[in-house]
Order: sequence, then C-alpha cells, then structure tokens
Amino acid sequence: MGFELESAGLTHGNGFRALQRVSLRVGRGERVAVIGPSGAGKTSLIRLLGTALRPTEGRLDVLGANPWRLSAGALRRLRARIGTIHQSPPIPPRLRVVTAIHAGRLGRWPAWKGLLSLLYPVDVAGAHAALARFDLADRLFERCDRLSGGQLQRVGIARVLYQQPDLILADEPVSALDPALADAALGELVAESARSGASLFASLHAVDLALKWFPRIIGLRGGEVVFDLPTARLTDSMLHELYAAEGAMLPVQARDAAAGATTDPEADAKVIRLDTSRGR
Amino acid sequence: MSASTQALSPPHRDPDTRARLGWTLVALVLLWPLLVLAEFRPWALFDAGNLRVMGSFLGGFLPPATSTEFLGYLLDATLETMAIATAGIALALLLAVPLSILSTRALAVSKIGPGPGRLGDRMARAAGRALLTFLRAIPEIVWALMFVRVLGLGPAAGVLALAITYGGMLGKVYTEILESIDTRPARAILEAGGGRFAALAYGLLPNAAQELTSYTVYRWECAVRASVIMGFVGAGGLGQLMDQSMKMLNGGEAATILFVFLVLVLFADSLSATLRRALA
Amino acid sequence: MNETREPCAPRGAADFCLSCVLTCALVAAAVAGSFVYLGIDFGTLFSVGAGADMARFAASFFPPDLEPDFLRKTAYGALQTFAVAMIGTLLAAAAGLLLALPAAGRHGAAAERLSRFLLNLLRSVPELVWATLMVLAAGLGPFAGVLALALHTTGVLGRLFAEAIENAPPQPEQSLLETGSGGVPAFLYGTLPLVWAQSVAYGLYRLEMNIRMAAVLGFVGAGGLGQMLYFHLSIFQQAQAATVLIAMFVLVLAVDALSDRLRAWMGHS
Repeated sequence: MGFELESAGLTHGNGFRALQRVSLRVGRGERVAVIGPSGAGKTSLIRLLGTALRPTEGRLDVLGANPWRLSAGALRRLRARIGTIHQSPPIPPRLRVVTAIHAGRLGRWPAWKGLLSLLYPVDVAGAHAALARFDLADRLFERCDRLSGGQLQRVGIARVLYQQPDLILADEPVSALDPALADAALGELVAESARSGASLFASLHAVDLALKWFPRIIGLRGGEVVFDLPTARLTDSMLHELYAAEGAMLPVQARDAAAGATTDPEADAKVIRLDTSRGR
Repeated sequence: MSASTQALSPPHRDPDTRARLGWTLVALVLLWPLLVLAEFRPWALFDAGNLRVMGSFLGGFLPPATSTEFLGYLLDATLETMAIATAGIALALLLAVPLSILSTRALAVSKIGPGPGRLGDRMARAAGRALLTFLRAIPEIVWALMFVRVLGLGPAAGVLALAITYGGMLGKVYTEILESIDTRPARAILEAGGGRFAALAYGLLPNAAQELTSYTVYRWECAVRASVIMGFVGAGGLGQLMDQSMKMLNGGEAATILFVFLVLVLFADSLSATLRRALA
Repeated sequence: MNETREPCAPRGAADFCLSCVLTCALVAAAVAGSFVYLGIDFGTLFSVGAGADMARFAASFFPPDLEPDFLRKTAYGALQTFAVAMIGTLLAAAAGLLLALPAAGRHGAAAERLSRFLLNLLRSVPELVWATLMVLAAGLGPFAGVLALALHTTGVLGRLFAEAIENAPPQPEQSLLETGSGGVPAFLYGTLPLVWAQSVAYGLYRLEMNIRMAAVLGFVGAGGLGQMLYFHLSIFQQAQAATVLIAMFVLVLAVDALSDRLRAWMGHS
C-alpha cells in the first residue's frame, strides 16, 4: 500500500487550518497528481505524508504503518523509504553535486558510509546514472552554487530517485523548469515509478502536465478535497470551478509542450503571461 | 533524455581526489613537526608531579581567601588597575590626537590643489602614519616588560606601555574615522582659507564626535583587561597580585583574584556599553 | 511649519546639555583621580636624567645580536611560537565546534545553557592567565602555551560557530532527517557546508591574533620567542632581546600576509 488518510486535518500552531477532513487512499505503484490554487494546502498535504508534520486530527498510514506510533528507529527506517522532492531543493550551495546526490541515501547507509562519502564519493557510478537521466551527468563534480535554478531543481529530483524510495512525494517538482524540460523530468519520474513500483504523489501547478502524466487527479481547495477522479472523468467545468478564484484561465505549463512543439517562441510567451497572471 | 547520455561511461574517479589527497598529505607532513616543536605531550597533564601541584593548587581555590588584610590589598590592586587603564588612555590621547590630525587626508591642504608646502605636507602625513604603525606593532605587554626594566616594578611601566600601544591604535582608527565621514564641510573651510584646526573643529568634529568618543570608550574597556595582563610582568595592579599568588601556589588568593577580575571585566563591559548608549 | 514645534536650529555651542557636562566632568575627575591615585612622579619620569636613562636603555638594543648561532636559536623560537599558535588554534577549532553544537541549542535547553556558560568562562579568562595555570598543570614549556591558547580560543570560536550554526537555514538538514538520515550525517551534509567557509575565516582571524599572543605567552614560561625575550631582558642582554623583537615583528607580518593570501584564495574558489 502507498498511503491512506482518514478524515485527516492539520491546524498550524497559529490556528490556521491548512487541511481538513482529507480522506485519501493511494495504492502501491499508483500515480496521483494533486492540483489546486495557491494556498489550497498542497504543500501541507505533502509534508503530512512525508512525516514532516503530524496530523492534528484523523488517521495517517504511510507504507503500512502509522508513523507517529513507531519507535524512533522504526520511524527512521520508514522515512528512508519516503522520498520528498521539494519545490526549492534544500541543498547547501557549497556542496558538490555528487555529494548532494549521495545525501539521498543517508537514511539507508550506515553512518560510516555517509561520513566516508564526504571524503571520497563512494558511489560515483550510481550518482552518475541518476544525473544522466536528467541530462546533468557532466555536472557530477561541480559545486551546486554553479548550477542554474532549473539545474538545481533537477539535481533535487535526481537525489530522490537515487534514494530509491517506495513512495515518491513531489511538491511542484518542475516549477523552475522550462516546458520541455518539465515535461521530460516528469516523464522520468513516471518511468521510475513504473520501473520500481513506487507510488508517486505529486502536486503540480500546471494542470496540463497533471492531465498528461497522471491517471488520477485530486483537486484541493481551501484545505479540502474537491474531487478525486480518474483523469478521463475530469471535465473542463470541474477544473474551472477549482481555479475560479484565480481568473478565467487555467494555469498550464505550455499548451504545446505536450505535443513536443516547444521550439515555438509563442509557447514561451504564453508561459510568461501565465506566470505573471498567477501572481508569482 | 536519458538515452544519449547513458551511453557515456561514468567516470571512475573523483577528479578532486588527487588534490584532496595531496593537501591532506601536506597537512600531515606539516603537522608533525609543528607538534614536535610545540612539545605536544598531553600525557604531561597526567604526570604524577603535575597532577599533585595542580590538584593542591586547585584544591586551595576553596575556600577563596577573604582575610581583611588580603581584601585590602585586593581593593588597592583593583583601583590601581582601573587607574592604570584610565591614565594610560589619557596619555594615549595626547599621542593619538596630534598624530591623527597630522596624518588624516581629510585635513590635507595639499589635496586642494598645487601650492607651496605640498610635498612637505605629504611627507609629514606619511611619517605620521608610519609612526602610528610602529607604535601599535609591538604588543603592550612587551613595552611593559621593557619599561619595567628601566622604571622598576610598578604602575608607571603599565601606564606608559598602554599610552604607546593604544596611542598607535587610537591614532590609526581616529584617522580612519575622520576620513570615512563626509569631508566636504572641512574641505570647504580649507578652501576658504581656514586653518587645519578650524576645519577640524567646524568641519569634521560635529559629524565624527560620537563615533570617536564611542571608540575611545571601547578602547578603555580593552585597556582594563590589558592592564590586568600587564601586571604579570610587574606593571602593577591585579595582574601583579595574581602573579604573586600563583607563584606562591596560593589557590585561595588566586580564586578570589580571578573572581574579582571577572567581575571587573563585566563591570567595564557594562559601563562602556552604558556610556556608548548614552552617546548614541 | 507647525508653530508649536521646536525651531529647527542646529545643535551648537549654545545648546546646553546638563548630562553631557556632568559626564565630561566625571570623566575629567576620573582621569585626574587616576593620576593622583597612581602617584607617578611625572616630573622625574620626564626629567632630563630619566630621559637620558631611557635613551641609554634604548641605545643598548643596538646593534642586535646577529651571530649565526643566536639567529638559529631565534629562528627556532619563532618556529616554536608559530607551532604553539597553530596547534592551539586547531585544537580550539575542534573543541569549539564540539561545544558549538549544544550551544546552538541542538541538544536541549539544559545542554545549551551549560555549554554557553562553559564557553563564556573559557573566553573571559585571558590567555596569559590560562598560561599561568597551564604552566602548573603541564609544566614549563610550549605545551602549556598550546593549552592556554586552546582554552581561551575555544571559548571565542565556540561562540562564533554556535552563532553561525544558529543562523544557517534549517531546511537542508531537516530534509535529510526526513529521509531517515541519522543526526550526525544530516548535520555534516546539511548544515556544515553552510557554515564551513565562515568558520574557517573565523579560525584564520583567530590564528592571526594567536600568533601575537603566542609570542608573549612565553613571559610566564610557555616557551617560544616570549620566553627568550623575557630571559634575555632579565639578564640585561638587550642586543639579544632586540633580535627576538625583530623576529616577533617579522613573524607577525608574515602570518598576516599569509592569511590574507589564504582568504583571498578562499574567496575565489
């Protein structure tokens, strides 16, 4: 099983209700995208599933265990099986790419191996393979502060793939990538999930990417699940209703990206307009 | 995106390895003679004789000495330390003020344009700066050691040593402060034919007075510490008393003096902080 | 302009400020009191006779002793001073980092308060006082100097490191803990790279100060140039003392230049 939430809720310390009455069940190997306007609670949901936050009400079950009833050691072992891709990769700028990738497996490696890898990278080939999937193999020994924002975001994804988790959580994993790269990177994530059987749960701002790559879509607004449907049964009016507060246009990465016609300068112009209209 | 790059074989070695290994070796090769030179022998700490000396000395810390006679000496030494610091700073000002006026560029008549005395002016400035550098290059305790040889034990050596080193430090910083503020008012006065002192008093001091005083007060705080330290070479005050107690292995007296020293430093800290806040 | 407001006159001599005058008077009184209390006879101190004494003493430093034998001894003393400063700073950096972790509040409030108190204590006792204590604990010689420098510098560096760790963004380490990493590797991969450069810069800066300090720690028997200077001055060998003073000067300048270079190089990479 991937994870299960039963009428879970999350109220922050300042009294803000980020999530309420969320009930979800995602099976092993399933691929689900969560979409919704800014502030809908997508990040909170991901952090809840990543055991970074504890639900204030309801029940949470991740990879067959309630993380908050486990012993410290068991919780660590559980966390090692969950890989979270953060929107802005939390990688220290002075770290080398190879070390940043290796950090993904710190939960699986014994401590001595982690320490040794700081002095001499223990698994160059593995890190190289993970980077190669995102066209970054030649950056293996560069320092992370020499990378662009988009490259760093892909390093963040590669780190999680290198971790080989059973559950991949992704919080807007391609927000800093141009349409073609975003599409390819999501493709790699989906391929990894298909290959390893890991469940993939991704929040996405671009509706078109969600529709293209995910068979099941969850709409989130105001901390509540608005719909939870197979992609085929999703209608335009449902989407428009979800984003009603953000104006008439749906946030998309690029209309043509899915068709692979990204060389069209028009597409880039559209993205820029969309970006500004989202108030980012 | 992976097919093209995966064909490339991954690099087998970290390109930084050689450099890292080299630097580690260099560090080790250098560290060894340094350890020998510094006579690094941690086991000396556990040598029976040393342990006995230190043990009885530390054991003597309790109870601290509180006899009326000793406390009288202590009060005298504390006041002497404060007096050395204050008198030393006062004499240092006599040295620093003229030298900084001489060497600051903000008061340079020659900067206005060509005129008589331009070269002499510049040479005087260079000489002033060189003298300031020389004065503060040698630590005050070395001056104190030498003055004790000429003047004998007692506070006079400490006052003179402070005057020389702190004269150099204050002079340098005064010069910098005078150059860092807005020098146009002073320039205007000089251009209008005003003298150096008129330019200083009406052009620079109104803006710089606060920073100058604040730094002087801070230096006084340092001087209190320094005057304790200089006592160890016989320049009077608390340090001299502590040196005597330690040489006689009188732990109780040493404990009391250490305590008074810490209180004195805290007192000087807070007094200087209060004064500086009052100025701000 | 609002009439009720004070006129915007520049503050000048006309402004009378009671507390300023009082402060000035107090400071003047303190200075005068200090001179009176010390009872230094400046008349004789700056008299012609004393001036001549002083000049004769100063002149006796020249020429410095440049015998090859003594130069060798001085060079050894300079190297020893350098070694004391180096080893002392290295030990302090290691101990400072260890104490900085609890002092940054990573191991609970009790550990934080305890380690902060310890760091403050180490820092408030000056190197020279530590040296007199360490001479008792470890015997005469440079090792006492190493310990003295290490103890004081641990207090200084520990506090700076703790501040750097506290100010580092927590997300990198947090995200590693969330992937099940142990505490130590998470710190090494997540937070250390963020504070490393700044910490090395602090260490270099302290090294410069410690070179100056190591040169004088010898006055209380902790080896190096200081011990030589103290010895030769106490048996009135000013020529030898002059050589040692020159060596101190050169050593300080050399280390300053070296660490400037190192800083510039680190800033580049």
